[in-house]
Amino acid sequence: MNGAEALIRGMEKEGVEHIFGILGGAIMDVYDVLFDNSTIKHLTCRHEQVAVFAASGYARASGRIGTCMATSGPGACNLVTGLTDAYMDSVPVVAVTGQVPTTAIGGDAFQEADVVGITMPITKYNYLLERPEDVPLTVKGAYYLAGTGRPGPVLIDFPKDIQQASIKNYKTPKTVHFGGYNPVLDPHPRQIALAVKALMNAERPLILSGGGVIISNASTELLKLAELLGIHITTTSLGKGAVPEDHPLALGMVGMHGKRWSNNAVQEADVLFAIGTRFSDRITGNPKYFAPKAKIIHADIDPSEIGKNVEVDIPIVGDAKRVLSAMLQVAKKASKKEMSRREKRTEWGKRIEKWKREFARDINYDAVPIKPQLIVREVQKIIDADPKNTIIATEVGRNQLWCMHYMNIRNPRNWLTSGGLGTMGAGFPMAIGAQVARPEARVLNMAGDGSFQMTMQDLATCMTYGIPVVNIIFNDSSLGNVRMWQALFYDKRYSETDLKNNPDFEKLADAYGAWAKRVERPGEVGEAIHEALKSGKPAIVDIAVDKDETVYPMVPPGGVLHEMLDE
Amino acid sequence: MGEKIHILVALVENKPGVMQRISGMFSRRGFNIDSLSVGTTEDPHHSRMTITVRGDNRVLEQVVKQMNKLIPVIKVRDLSEKTSVSRELCLIKVSTSKQDSRAEIAQYVDIFRGNIIDVSLDSMIVEITGDTDKINAFIKLMQPYGIKEVSRTGITAMHRGHKSVKDQKK
Ligand SMILES: Cc1ncc(C[n+]2csc(CCOP(=O)(O)OP(=O)(O)O)c2C)c(N)n1
Repeated sequence: MNGAEALIRGMEKEGVEHIFGILGGAIMDVYDVLFDNSTIKHLTCRHEQVAVFAASGYARASGRIGTCMATSGPGACNLVTGLTDAYMDSVPVVAVTGQVPTTAIGGDAFQEADVVGITMPITKYNYLLERPEDVPLTVKGAYYLAGTGRPGPVLIDFPKDIQQASIKNYKTPKTVHFGGYNPVLDPHPRQIALAVKALMNAERPLILSGGGVIISNASTELLKLAELLGIHITTTSLGKGAVPEDHPLALGMVGMHGKRWSNNAVQEADVLFAIGTRFSDRITGNPKYFAPKAKIIHADIDPSEIGKNVEVDIPIVGDAKRVLSAMLQVAKKASKKEMSRREKRTEWGKRIEKWKREFARDINYDAVPIKPQLIVREVQKIIDADPKNTIIATEVGRNQLWCMHYMNIRNPRNWLTSGGLGTMGAGFPMAIGAQVARPEARVLNMAGDGSFQMTMQDLATCMTYGIPVVNIIFNDSSLGNVRMWQALFYDKRYSETDLKNNPDFEKLADAYGAWAKRVERPGEVGEAIHEALKSGKPAIVDIAVDKDETVYPMVPPGGVLHEMLDE
Repeated sequence: MGEKIHILVALVENKPGVMQRISGMFSRRGFNIDSLSVGTTEDPHHSRMTITVRGDNRVLEQVVKQMNKLIPVIKVRDLSEKTSVSRELCLIKVSTSKQDSRAEIAQYVDIFRGNIIDVSLDSMIVEITGDTDKINAFIKLMQPYGIKEVSRTGITAMHRGHKSVKDQKK
């Protein structure tokens, strides 16, 4: 057995079923193994960036680890954006890159790049394989690190001579151990007791859920705790779907593009219980004035997130599911007297409900050009018809913000968005990966015309493997979100935001053999999306939208949460 | 706000690239390193680093947490001045072209318990060990003679008494 085969056998043992990638000279030995006998299916993409984002979408939608592969130098460098994105959003991805032979490393050989150096700050960990006998433990270690603790991307850089070298006494390792890596999963009981007490005694409590709750599959526990204590829940962008957003206690998203009532609730709360979130600036606005009246409880699996951006009163280190289960147990044992304090909060509940009524938005769904909110409303109908099996991916820009703000996601892992990095072109490949992981689901990618053109060449991949992702383009012939900032903050000086020569997306789809329709009338939106889904093919619904519609309400950058810009 | 110099000691895996991971993390997150020294330990699998960083307690807490987050970092300890000893080695090449300077410098070296380890016609190299203050003081004394070159190792440090870094939890 050689190194390349050891890699593939190791991956099979780890349960890998799919690899997204593109081969090249320095990784040919691995692909040669894949050629005859492997249970792993490889999907060739049209760009390595798509391969890594597909692996990320695969992981986000399924909770399994996504795998991607590329050759050395240019192939590996094309993974950089996707790895950074996965690192920011805590997505478990394993990337394998070919490398020039160890004997050539350091000599600027053809297609040599210092991939371990380049990816050090954007991976949870990375390896350069220097001895063939290290392959089995490295594969085991890579999947272990990617998937445990706070998940993240791990890269294995695999020199060609090590791929070819034979391994004596090949054995698959049963376990792997890192002296410096012992994630704390179980929370400290004292902290749990303090947190529950603080929430029980609160008059204006609020829960802020991040993506960590979804990663840890803790949605049920979160909802149970919220219901038991009667506390409303707001979420971050990655936390969408942690609890059903149409639940009476769910407030929708918070932050720069959140709901007004969520932002008001954060600013007025006396106890804020944040779990699985890193308090990004998109959530806090100016952190100095974030939740000024609240005692903050912060639970996270990554101790370095606690106290990083926001000062915390009750820190809890642990896995979200275990934290919430422990809190539930303590809360259930509470005395009648303690529980009766719940009544004190009816005032608070009423205040929140009042904000909800006060700030409900009136949208003219019949307007021409089409209001983007209409598209969200039509897609919402599709979600509501089968929430469990409808996955929504988004690109980046206003398309994403409309969905973040207006869409009710009802299940975890059905909302895929590039949260931390905000990468245009991520949505379509994530949708591809999600569809591969969950073939029974309907996958829609909510796209901008700018973002979609960053990765649209992979319509070819969809055709090859029968991946019927439906792309819904909010077509405003511009880099709309930036154009909007120019309107709001740069005196309408529209520097370089017009996209003049957008393709005819119907013809584009036709060239690939995909389904497409252009829509310009509000009445045709719903029908077109249905037809696209019915076609069973990769599809584009190209919808001309009002380019001047502003994403209101909005917290200006560096602003305070309850001071939102509005019409 | 309470900015101080802290001495951190880290036990790390003895593997290529570990230094790069740590120094990269420091620069990426905007932490200021005053000095960093590395060497092997009694266990060939581990290296030991001593890092001096500048910052208030909040910065220090983040530095420690971010270091712990790196996979090859096994343990990090913040050594307080009171319960630890720290030393630095410094080589100073100083000019001896002025009259009588050779004898004067030799006297200073004696007082500071240093060593003269190289002598040439118009310069000598002095080796001096101690904590940062002592070395700074010696360098100041040498300035009037004309310092040609200074090389400092950075601080290395240890707990006083029985306690060792290995005994502590990560
Ligand atoms: C890869 C990348 N490049 C640039 C940006 C900066 N940026 C943020 S939103 C945006 C415009 C997005 O345009 P489009 O995809 O058409 O979406 P819209 O806002 O019009 O809905 C740009 C250029 C980015 N987020 N990602």
